[in-house]
Amino acid sequence: MTSLAYTFADSATMLRRNLKHQLRYPSLTLMLAGFPIVFLLLFVYVFGGQLGSGLGGRGAYLTYVVPGILIITVASAALGTAISVATDMTGGIIDRFRTMAISRGAVLTGHVIGSLLQTLAVLVLVAGVSLAIGFRPHASALEWLAAAGMLTLFAFALIWLSAALGLAAKSVETASNTPMFLTLLPFLSSAFVVTATMPAGLRQFAEYQPFTPVTQTVRGLLIGGPIGAHAIAAIAWSIGIAVVSYLWAVRLYNRRRAAGPN
Amino acid sequence: MTISLTAPAISTRAVRKSFGEHIVLDGVDLTVAEGTILALLGPNGAGKTTMVRILSTLIPADGGDIRVGGHDVVTDPDAVRALIGVTGQFSAVDNLLTGEENLRLMADLRHLGRQAGRRRIAELLERFGLTGAARKPLSTYSGGMRRRLDLAMTLVGDPSVIFLDEPTTGLDPRSRRTMWQIIRELVTDGVTIFLTTQYLDEADQLADYVAVLDHGRIVAEGTPVELKGRIPGGHIQLQFAEPAALRAALSMIPNATPDDDQLILQVPGDGSVASLRRVLDKLDDARITVEHLSIHTPDLDDVFFAVTGHATTEPTTRQEEEALQP
Repeated sequence: MTSLAYTFADSATMLRRNLKHQLRYPSLTLMLAGFPIVFLLLFVYVFGGQLGSGLGGRGAYLTYVVPGILIITVASAALGTAISVATDMTGGIIDRFRTMAISRGAVLTGHVIGSLLQTLAVLVLVAGVSLAIGFRPHASALEWLAAAGMLTLFAFALIWLSAALGLAAKSVETASNTPMFLTLLPFLSSAFVVTATMPAGLRQFAEYQPFTPVTQTVRGLLIGGPIGAHAIAAIAWSIGIAVVSYLWAVRLYNRRRAAGPN
Repeated sequence: MTISLTAPAISTRAVRKSFGEHIVLDGVDLTVAEGTILALLGPNGAGKTTMVRILSTLIPADGGDIRVGGHDVVTDPDAVRALIGVTGQFSAVDNLLTGEENLRLMADLRHLGRQAGRRRIAELLERFGLTGAARKPLSTYSGGMRRRLDLAMTLVGDPSVIFLDEPTTGLDPRSRRTMWQIIRELVTDGVTIFLTTQYLDEADQLADYVAVLDHGRIVAEGTPVELKGRIPGGHIQLQFAEPAALRAALSMIPNATPDDDQLILQVPGDGSVASLRRVLDKLDDARITVEHLSIHTPDLDDVFFAVTGHATTEPTTRQEEEALQP
């Protein structure tokens, strides 16, 4: 086998390991799915009547908020990566991997692809619940596909970021806290309310942070509306976050731990 | 040691390592011949684990020349990694998988292929007595089972050099014996083993060659027999019923150390039958009755005291003071 084939084989082995973890202990996946579903129901049935009053009622708000819920799904699912990476790094098995001739990066690739598949599964579940409670987008198959592509690209970026945060954390507890800001950012974007209703400073932040263009792109694709510059910004943000996080994560992973004397 | 024409499995020269201000390894020279067991003996904090971590490419040394299987660990770590297997003192197993899945993971990472991998896994499960528990999650495994699985995982790739960092620490006596048996079998297959331990009896049981590490330096080395021969810690302990008997015995054996409170006499000796017989014959001739007799063989404390001048654990000032009281 060539070294490229080894890289592929080792990454696939690590991916299988991570998928096995997810299947055997589904509680984390269920928690990651439960969070956005609870938010969906909360926003539609508790806040929806009031928030939708300017849009044409609860039904109109459901249409407005589902793209935002899909974005917060991606953000919250990414939290799982930091936890699983940190769990691995603080356990003994990582030292075993480091003493084996395994392709560089296979451990992280396994985590990231595993998390990406997990996120996609959770997204399907959340989209299913949205459809079940009355979400009726007018999107064509191609637009659905484009929306899925946008969500996948953004998820890929946030998962690499979360993996780097997991590597940077000294403990699993820290790793489960540091990426929390990712679930806060959607609230400071156009995910739940139109940014025009926000006070000036906050509105500016909301308009320029990555969650807004991603939300607007997915929203435009699924329920119509202008996309234009949003799509370009969303793709640029995603690629930028992915590249920076990837480089940071690889650097952290390769930095040999010089833990205590014994 | 005999001079071998083949390159040693492990050779290090002047290995140094510090963590901040703390010097952990201070010029360690070691040579391990192929197919032998070297035991690196030392108390906690002596630098044993650091040595293993450096040799197994986990952390870089600050200086020195380190070769495993002829390959430099710094310039050619992947060649070293392809040869070695490491079982540390903290289990390096995947707790979320079953025993069999853990072995499967290793087989896949060693690129054994489906057929060969399956054969190897079945063989290792059988050899380590884990066949029954193969499909059970690791949460149901005992400490001894985990340690065996850990070693089995190390063996999946047929390593020619194996590092065992305190492989029996924390195990019950029975699991410890099982582990010793497994280690002995490995060497008969031609594998080289670098073992760290804090137990002299373990080094004695397993090693061809023992190196004593203290404060980052090798303070003594040799075969277990050579090493024990240099240790004056062995003695016979005689217990008497009355002070008069103790006094009489002491006059017969002047080099003995009496303990008047406990009526005990410590007679230094190498533990041989002949020396024991001489002592007993003398006492017999003088019709002195011995209540109780025990033979004390040298242990790690004695080794340490002999070669370093201090005990394995730093005694507190108070204990030292008490020891000096008449």
